[in-house]
Amino acid sequence: MLLEVQDLHVEFTSRDGLVNAVNGVSYAVDAGQTLAVLGESGSGKSVTAQAIMGILDSPPGRISKGKILFRGEDLLTMGREARRRIRGEKMAMIFQDALSSLNPVLPVGYQLGEMFRVHRGASRKESKAAAIELMERVRIPAARERVGDYPHQFSGGMRQRIMIAMALALEPDLIIADEPTTALDVTVQAQVMDLLSELQQEYRMGLILITHDLGVVADAADVIAVMYAGKIVEHAPVDALYKRPAHPYTKGLLESIPRLDRKGQDLYAIKGLPPNLARIPPGCSFHPRCPIARDRCAVDVPPLYEVAPDRSSACHYWKETIGD
Amino acid sequence: MTEALLEVRDLVKHFPLTQGILFQRQVGAVQAVDGVSFTLAPGETLGVVGESGCGKSTVAKLVMSLEKPTAGEIFYKGEDITRLSGRALKAVRRNIQMVFQDPYTSLNPRMTVGDIIGEPYEIHPEAAPKGDRRRRVRELLDVVGLNPEYINRYPHQFSGGQRQRIGIARGLALNPEIIVADEPVSALDVSVQAQVVNLLDRLQNEFGLSYIVIAHDLSIVRHISDRIAVMYLGKIVETGTETQIYDHPTHPYTQALLSAVPVPDPEQSALRERIILTGDVPSPANPPSGCRFRTRCWKAQDLCARVEPPLTVPAPFPDPATGAHHPSACHFAEEKQHVSGA
Amino acid sequence: MSEPPQPPPVGPPEAPIAIAAGDGRGEPATPTGAEPGRARSLWSDAWHDLRRNPVFVISALLICFLVLISIWPSLIATESPLRCQLSRSLEGASAGHWFGFDTQGCDVYTRTVYGARASIAVGVCATLGVALVGTVIGGLAGFFGGFWDALLSRVTDMFFGIPLILGAIVFLSMIKLSGIWPVVLVIAALSWPQIARIARGAVITAKQNDYVQAARALGASHARILLRHILPNAIAPVIVMATIMLGTFIALEATLSYLGVGLRPPTVSWGVDISAASTGMQFRNAPHILLYPAAALSLTVLAFIMLGDAVRDALDPKLR
Repeated sequence: MLLEVQDLHVEFTSRDGLVNAVNGVSYAVDAGQTLAVLGESGSGKSVTAQAIMGILDSPPGRISKGKILFRGEDLLTMGREARRRIRGEKMAMIFQDALSSLNPVLPVGYQLGEMFRVHRGASRKESKAAAIELMERVRIPAARERVGDYPHQFSGGMRQRIMIAMALALEPDLIIADEPTTALDVTVQAQVMDLLSELQQEYRMGLILITHDLGVVADAADVIAVMYAGKIVEHAPVDALYKRPAHPYTKGLLESIPRLDRKGQDLYAIKGLPPNLARIPPGCSFHPRCPIARDRCAVDVPPLYEVAPDRSSACHYWKETIGD
Repeated sequence: MTEALLEVRDLVKHFPLTQGILFQRQVGAVQAVDGVSFTLAPGETLGVVGESGCGKSTVAKLVMSLEKPTAGEIFYKGEDITRLSGRALKAVRRNIQMVFQDPYTSLNPRMTVGDIIGEPYEIHPEAAPKGDRRRRVRELLDVVGLNPEYINRYPHQFSGGQRQRIGIARGLALNPEIIVADEPVSALDVSVQAQVVNLLDRLQNEFGLSYIVIAHDLSIVRHISDRIAVMYLGKIVETGTETQIYDHPTHPYTQALLSAVPVPDPEQSALRERIILTGDVPSPANPPSGCRFRTRCWKAQDLCARVEPPLTVPAPFPDPATGAHHPSACHFAEEKQHVSGA
Repeated sequence: MSEPPQPPPVGPPEAPIAIAAGDGRGEPATPTGAEPGRARSLWSDAWHDLRRNPVFVISALLICFLVLISIWPSLIATESPLRCQLSRSLEGASAGHWFGFDTQGCDVYTRTVYGARASIAVGVCATLGVALVGTVIGGLAGFFGGFWDALLSRVTDMFFGIPLILGAIVFLSMIKLSGIWPVVLVIAALSWPQIARIARGAVITAKQNDYVQAARALGASHARILLRHILPNAIAPVIVMATIMLGTFIALEATLSYLGVGLRPPTVSWGVDISAASTGMQFRNAPHILLYPAAALSLTVLAFIMLGDAVRDALDPKLR
């Protein structure tokens, strides 16, 4: 296994008291595989990614429990220097907002080349050549002429390509993409997602795709982990999940998408609001919003039941959910 | 179609680009909206779709009289509202209200929910007698699905979806006929979006509202719209009923836009034809000559750079009974099915 | 189906700020938050924070005390600051005269207490003037934009260009009037551009919010939009800046008095006393005559600057 997260817990201290952002998340990604982590704001999907990358703001954030194994080695117990090396060379991250992730006062070519200078000890000339090659690889037109341009001179889609180029620079084994296309227009979003999938196949990288968009997931992912209130509520291969969701939350999300055959009718809407992480409901955290909740759900925390050999659901009544 | 409640004719809005400190001179213009026409019938929903920079939000501001158009007219019940000012404009404003995209900046954080929803009555005192206002505000809260007891709370005590409901209640206060909704759900959580879409739907039936819904999410626009206008770089490139646009698109941009929408169904996603456009939207300060889409179009020829295609029903589709018979601004309009997953 | 672009989250990320509550139609939501039903405005939230901030509590208590004694100095000083006995000139501390006597033989304790009045009066009046002029000019420039902005901003820049101390010395040596008003006027006239710039920026920021558009769409008048929607949301940075400036104005008054162009005897002020103490290096033999007024001055300036900092922290929306 390339990366394994085991029972990860992350908490934040805030004005409202202790906020449990991540409450026992486990997932794994293999080389060449795409894991989509799907969730709304407050589900803990981004915090988990930050914990893996080691860029969690602490304080106020703190990993209170769990393991993050990269090729079998626990990142959380390893030395600072060793961790830093893994972060640059073995795993990389792509952020939603490319403009604020790039340094506005340095040319993009310089920022791309910096990766080679810092990690590979390349000369100025070598690093510039490498930067041009990278820009060509992510299909930025006229890369040779534009290598000296500044981030604000590129469009949103082009900037996101530069972010991808930067993540690819040292040919990492794992890429974490946090809402990589959310800020982009649909036509540009399609370009960027295609590029990302293609490069992933080419380099046989593991990809963790963090998103709230059910459509993006369906096109790009192999496996999906659905998160709610800091926990994984369903984990399944992409086709199975879309065809027969095994958790009422996933089912509700899929049903709330407008469909042609239901035009003129009300959309299915999950009632209520996502919970406040400082006051997560007891029992199953989804029970106040769940259409099939029973008394037991308010008391018993559901474990991840095995639904099929490669999929699981954190619902006491998954059989009922998947059945109809 | 019944008589139009609102008619927009050749609307143009250019934002001047200026230089200079005290005495400014114009060095160019951003052509945000460049010749847009459409009509809105009573009780109808018009969806305006397009990517960022296409001018759809500017259209909303022009209809709301928040910006003065550079040229063109907007008729509300036969009266050109672009020439109105003062008292007459204020009277028209009662009938056209707006729901904003961002529920975090559209409510004044220093005012209570009751003051926010009640403000329309303070500005238009004739709309409700003073003693009755508090009761009406409570009623409005109930109508949008919020507890009337929340009247004394402040916006930051609510979640995004609840704030959007407060914004909708404020828009409803004066019993308007038209509501312009600029990306009404795009800032909300996925599981809350459906709630707000249903609310808008229900209010339309209950109060006989007409909507202009501006959005980039094509599946939601399809769900709520009767007619749709597709915009690209300040112009409408294709317009028609919801079925005409989604099932029989004839403009290459519409086709590309529809095919780019990710489909939340892996099986269906594999079936449809995907068109991936190259490049980015050009700057509206310096749009291409002729057809504005030609720089990204796979069909573009010399003609496209020279002659701007008019927004009319293309010659190859003369039969009004077919879905492709609707205005499309392309010299080489061609019907394409199975591009949309929405 | 996308969220607006957001920078990677900082602080407790993704935590919904709202209280947990039902939201379904026909299902009146019941608050389950910690303190249901309590209406909290941003100001009351800020107050909630401030009360727990020791820096604020200490500086606010100090300022209350200073204001109190500048209104009723006789509360803690029984003698008159102008009743001096030359025979006791430069005498050290003694029972009943804890701070000793100055060159003129006046009681330093009494003079320090009475000096608060002039210093605080100059600070408060100058700040009020600066805040008023600055907010009006900056606010109008920011609100109306275009030509008016360009014009008012250039005027602001012109005043900004005048060096404060030099300008004050030149003006004050030209007008030969005594009392605090010339000092107040000169300070206000030369310092308002700072507030104007801040107010202009804050108004421009507030103006871009959708709720201003919403009010315009409702047909609200300019006055309503300015007073109801923009001013309450733009005033916080002005208040913070004004509080900090108040401290510096008190120091400025002392500086001007020291230079001989500010307040002059017989007006009692810390600046006047510091000035008197340093003429002829009197303080070498009797350091107390410099120490006490200077300490009072520093403490007062510090208190206002600390208060400004605490208020800024409480009002800073980034921390919310």
